[in-house]
Amino acid sequence: MRCWTRVSTNDDPDATGLRLRIPDPARGDRPADRVRFISKAGEMKRPALDERVERVALMRQQLVRVLDDDGQAVGEWVPDLSAEDKLAGLRSMMLVRAFDARLLRAHRQGKISFYMQSLGEEAIACGQQQALRPGDMHFPTYRQQGLLISAGYPLVTMMNQVLSNDLDPLHGRQLPVMYSSKEHGFFTISGNLATQYIQAVGWAMASALRGGTEIAAAWIGEGATAESDFHAALVFASTYQAPIILNIVNNHWAISTPEDFARGASATFADRGFGFSIPALRVDGNDYLAVHAVSQWAAERARTNLGPTLVEWVTLRRGAHSTSDDPSVYRPEGEAESFPLGDPIDRLRQHLVAAGDWDDERHAQLVAELAAEVDSSFAEALGHGSMKDGTTSSPASMFDDVFHELPRHLLDQRAQVTGELKDQEAGADTDVDPGEKVG
Amino acid sequence: MPTMSMIEAIRDAHMVAMQRDDRVVVFGEDVGYFGGVFRCTQGLQERFGPERCFDAPINESGIVGAAVGMAAYGLRPCVEIQFADYMYPAYDQIVSEAARLRHRSAGDFSAPLVVRMPTGGGIYGGQTHSQSPEALFTHVSGLTTVVVSNPYDAKGLLIAAIEDEDPVIFLEPKRVYNGPFDGHHDRPIVPWARHPLGDVPEGHYTIELGTARVHREGSAVTVLTYGTLVHVAQTAAEEQDVDAEIIDLRTLVPLDVDAIAASVTKTGRCLVLHEATLTSGFGAELSAVVQERCFYELEAPIVRVAGWDTPYPHALEWDYFPGPDRVGRALRQLVRS
Repeated sequence: MRCWTRVSTNDDPDATGLRLRIPDPARGDRPADRVRFISKAGEMKRPALDERVERVALMRQQLVRVLDDDGQAVGEWVPDLSAEDKLAGLRSMMLVRAFDARLLRAHRQGKISFYMQSLGEEAIACGQQQALRPGDMHFPTYRQQGLLISAGYPLVTMMNQVLSNDLDPLHGRQLPVMYSSKEHGFFTISGNLATQYIQAVGWAMASALRGGTEIAAAWIGEGATAESDFHAALVFASTYQAPIILNIVNNHWAISTPEDFARGASATFADRGFGFSIPALRVDGNDYLAVHAVSQWAAERARTNLGPTLVEWVTLRRGAHSTSDDPSVYRPEGEAESFPLGDPIDRLRQHLVAAGDWDDERHAQLVAELAAEVDSSFAEALGHGSMKDGTTSSPASMFDDVFHELPRHLLDQRAQVTGELKDQEAGADTDVDPGEKVG
Repeated sequence: MPTMSMIEAIRDAHMVAMQRDDRVVVFGEDVGYFGGVFRCTQGLQERFGPERCFDAPINESGIVGAAVGMAAYGLRPCVEIQFADYMYPAYDQIVSEAARLRHRSAGDFSAPLVVRMPTGGGIYGGQTHSQSPEALFTHVSGLTTVVVSNPYDAKGLLIAAIEDEDPVIFLEPKRVYNGPFDGHHDRPIVPWARHPLGDVPEGHYTIELGTARVHREGSAVTVLTYGTLVHVAQTAAEEQDVDAEIIDLRTLVPLDVDAIAASVTKTGRCLVLHEATLTSGFGAELSAVVQERCFYELEAPIVRVAGWDTPYPHALEWDYFPGPDRVGRALRQLVRS
């Protein structure tokens, strides 16, 4: 029974009192039926690239899957990948997992300030990267390190950034996981959610305006699709038919808020595309072969001037949101173990073993090899120091790149910083702890 | 030399910049086919085609966000926000994205773009077509903020802004689009054709960003101002017969502190004047700069005259606007003190 101060001015006793739906998503000890509309592997048709959007829309409450429970690749979506390609994909995913594990450990050891892992979601970034071409530009969120790693970006450079040491290519300006590499098709990560979704559309529009051949890939989590910039991106992508893949990674959790809150009254996130006449598919994001196939389909649509494609990748964030998060407060127990789409590495491995292209011995050997690679990379990066021991970029470097050329007021401020440092070195101000410059 | 209104000068600046550099693209609400609600982009689509000048959806964060992506690709977008009052949905894209792209990527990516916005009151636009939000931009590191006051400067500064390597906020006080408004709204509009600053050279020229202009020389008091109030200050000085030196700042960040210090050192008195609301307005920054640089030269306290700290009222516009009477009183007070 609701009982509160009456503020309505309507005295009509026959009028229906309004009630607001406050969503009550499944959390804590109330586990949800986590994945809706699970199609059988191979069940879904592969539409023609120029299939009418209304017909593609009929698929938005299904799930594109290629790998079945026995590891067989079945149906129209089986991608044209050699055993070598698939092994490269497996290796990328395993390297991402090993990299994340090493840096999480480094955080527990107090060696780094912050970290965000992508445990359980590795197939999406690695699979899409393999399907795209050099020159294409990803506008990632903070959980697509797989894009960089599978593009061959040096692990030691990533770790230098995570450590914020003086070889950090971003000079300690960004949080550890907010990488940037134009050369590797990886746009500088903002940290503000959804802002880059519309920028990706602008980048794709520019490529099309200039008769380029490069396409863009925008990335967002399911929770952030509520942001205005997500809708701005869909408006612009639809209006100008920009050559872009609009990725939504539905990993079921926006920090503590489950995806059934973020969806509102929609059935799926792929539903979001239909109102904008953007073809949208919903895909098993833990199925490397499905990720590759749908990424390639969407990329091919973009490359042939057929416009944008929206893809909802269904997966599970198996770890915490970040090292600052405590998921035990809100997550149902055993969620990862009971997740119906399994683990992306296990599933591709099973497929390769079943095909005779891989075996347990080689797998164990590769696990050990990759662990050794990330260990030695981390040792090398740590050898360059970290913000914990004060070996950061120089304080004066924070003024660089605010503008192309430093204006007068920044030159003055930089001179103040360098002057204060000189005073400290000369012992003029002995009260200052040299470690304080790190703050 | 041809005479131009400020609208024609802005249009001409677009023409020159687009002609010289095919990476320059122009878009915004109604800017393509129609040429903009103030007609500043009229004729661009016809001359350069719809791939260089086109209409955008009514979505300001989309306009600026797309421009950031285009600039990162390698284009030089110059976009219009129809009224500065509509800028707020784009503020995150301006502050967190355009302004910081170069810094956060250590120069890997940059956002050379211009965001043009008509600002200020004087057309009975009410609270959503009259604001002067310059201080919301000057507080942001990584932005250059320009406010123009006349056709000659508008053309040279806009070309410089488009050619700049970083994002520029380009504010156009709409009350001086068609003439140098003296602050007396009940008098007929004087067109730019009868003003020396309406003489605008043909072809390419630039005015360096970050440089102020002495609009009127004087020795009794310095007026630091920009935009519409440059002309209001001149009217007030003439009406009160005060030998005021009027500095048109033109660029607020980076600020021409040397020009400010030179003038205040000479006059020993300073009036800070803007149309935007007083509290935390750019005038507060100017007052601080003057006291840091010229405290011992000052013979009187710095005086600020600005819009009242209220929303811009539609029917009471001229009670809100810091017109020649309020400015004149401040000038008299300053020279007598």
